[in-house]
Amino acid sequence: MRNYSVFDILGPIMIGPSSSHTAGAARIGKIAKKIVDGKIISVEFILYESFAHTYKGHGTDKALLAGILGLEPDDERLPNSFEIAKSMGVDFSFIESDQEAPHPNTVRMIIKNDKGEINNIVGCSIGGGNVVLKEINGISVELTGEYETLITNHIDKPGIIASVTKVLANNQINIAYMRVYRHSKGDNAIMIIESDQSIPEQAKLEIQNIQGINKAIIINTI
Amino acid sequence: MYQYNHGNELLELTKKYNLPISQIVILEENERTGMPTEEIFKKMEENLLVMRESIEKGLNEDIVSVSGLSRGDAKKLYERVTIGNTLSGETIAKAVASALAVTEVNASMGKIVAAPTAGSSGVIPGALVTIGRKFGKSNSEMTKALFTASGIGVIIAKNATLAGAEGGCQAEVGSASAMAAAALVELIGGTAEECFNAASFAIMNLLGLVCDPVAGLVEVPCEKRNAIGTTNAIICADLALAGMESIIPFDEVVDAMYRVGRSIPCALRETAEGGLAKTPTGIKLKDKIFGK
Repeated sequence: MRNYSVFDILGPIMIGPSSSHTAGAARIGKIAKKIVDGKIISVEFILYESFAHTYKGHGTDKALLAGILGLEPDDERLPNSFEIAKSMGVDFSFIESDQEAPHPNTVRMIIKNDKGEINNIVGCSIGGGNVVLKEINGISVELTGEYETLITNHIDKPGIIASVTKVLANNQINIAYMRVYRHSKGDNAIMIIESDQSIPEQAKLEIQNIQGINKAIIINTI
Repeated sequence: MYQYNHGNELLELTKKYNLPISQIVILEENERTGMPTEEIFKKMEENLLVMRESIEKGLNEDIVSVSGLSRGDAKKLYERVTIGNTLSGETIAKAVASALAVTEVNASMGKIVAAPTAGSSGVIPGALVTIGRKFGKSNSEMTKALFTASGIGVIIAKNATLAGAEGGCQAEVGSASAMAAAALVELIGGTAEECFNAASFAIMNLLGLVCDPVAGLVEVPCEKRNAIGTTNAIICADLALAGMESIIPFDEVVDAMYRVGRSIPCALRETAEGGLAKTPTGIKLKDKIFGK
């Protein structure tokens, strides 16, 4: 039997009207923003299934964009995200897809930053404000944001995982869940580590300096 | 030590430690998460403050939902309360106006507490804040009552469901009403048994309620169902405080609610494929809002 916190039952504090179509959408945008390096200059949101059919009435579009701008799901500026994005010089567009998706509430975000890099991220809102990212730049993942999360982009070769977990062990950080994904053998890989403790900035820098690690980012519990 | 999965277990714990439901719920949260009890209390108090803010906003401002389906109903009713012109009496009408206020703030992309869901977010604040004010209860006492509500909600979540998509509106507004009823009983000084009796009555009265939102939006008929869930909570608390016992025990009522939910056809479980959503007017409104 699953355990529930009293705050799963009374909460979250959120901007309405829908925990899945508004609060969850904002969370997806927020996690995506953390994955992108530097300043975001444009986002194309491709909406699938229920998101595509009902986003207008639920403010899903405003919530997704608010998340990309870094607003929390309970930020009262969320309904004004279009205006805020314009004032920040962030371009955005929404496309309704008629294709099938991994979940009825799915969005694909094609995000460009000021360095000209493009991130392609797929997220699903799975109910009650809970979300899961399903794809990051062509690699299938499962990322919920419920735990302090470390994501590395690295080369698939022996020793990388051991080096990363050693840094965590030295910092007394317990790993709750851990998954490794790759394009193909020896190619680009992604490691997602969800931990019980918060990961200090200095540990992140140590991890980033490991040979073979291209990038390490930390997503705080949201 | 404080873990509970069922109503009878929670009731046993209240007897074993001679504590109200709210205290056992706080101790269980502390035991499972390691978060200090003061912090747990403070976090719940934040929920209460947001509930109070959303009531104030909805009662006093002209609110229009994103879809345009709902506008200013809470304020309309509150005006009748202020001039003393209600059939249901000041307490019920005020509680209902407060519940409508929260649901309207929700539909207009305002800030609310999902309680237990966004669609049923008006019931607990409407009932608790109105009765709390009437009996001069402090924020701290109302916060305690929110833990009582959560305890009931946890048991429903574990043994049934709080999602309209799984159990229909009875799982959302019905659960909210049960949570609110138990909270009111503890707030007024009733026993743990009376809390469970009130919660049982509340679910029984709304058993079978379907989820058929027009255009798939949490507005019609959801807002008015929050009104009825609020009224139901207050009445069921009164029944329990008068000493009436639920013939069917709480855990069996929760189980019945789950079985009824599973047998509600999919078209009446939040898909907007049946009921009011599929009336000619419901379909017309959907086409208008989504521009089909």
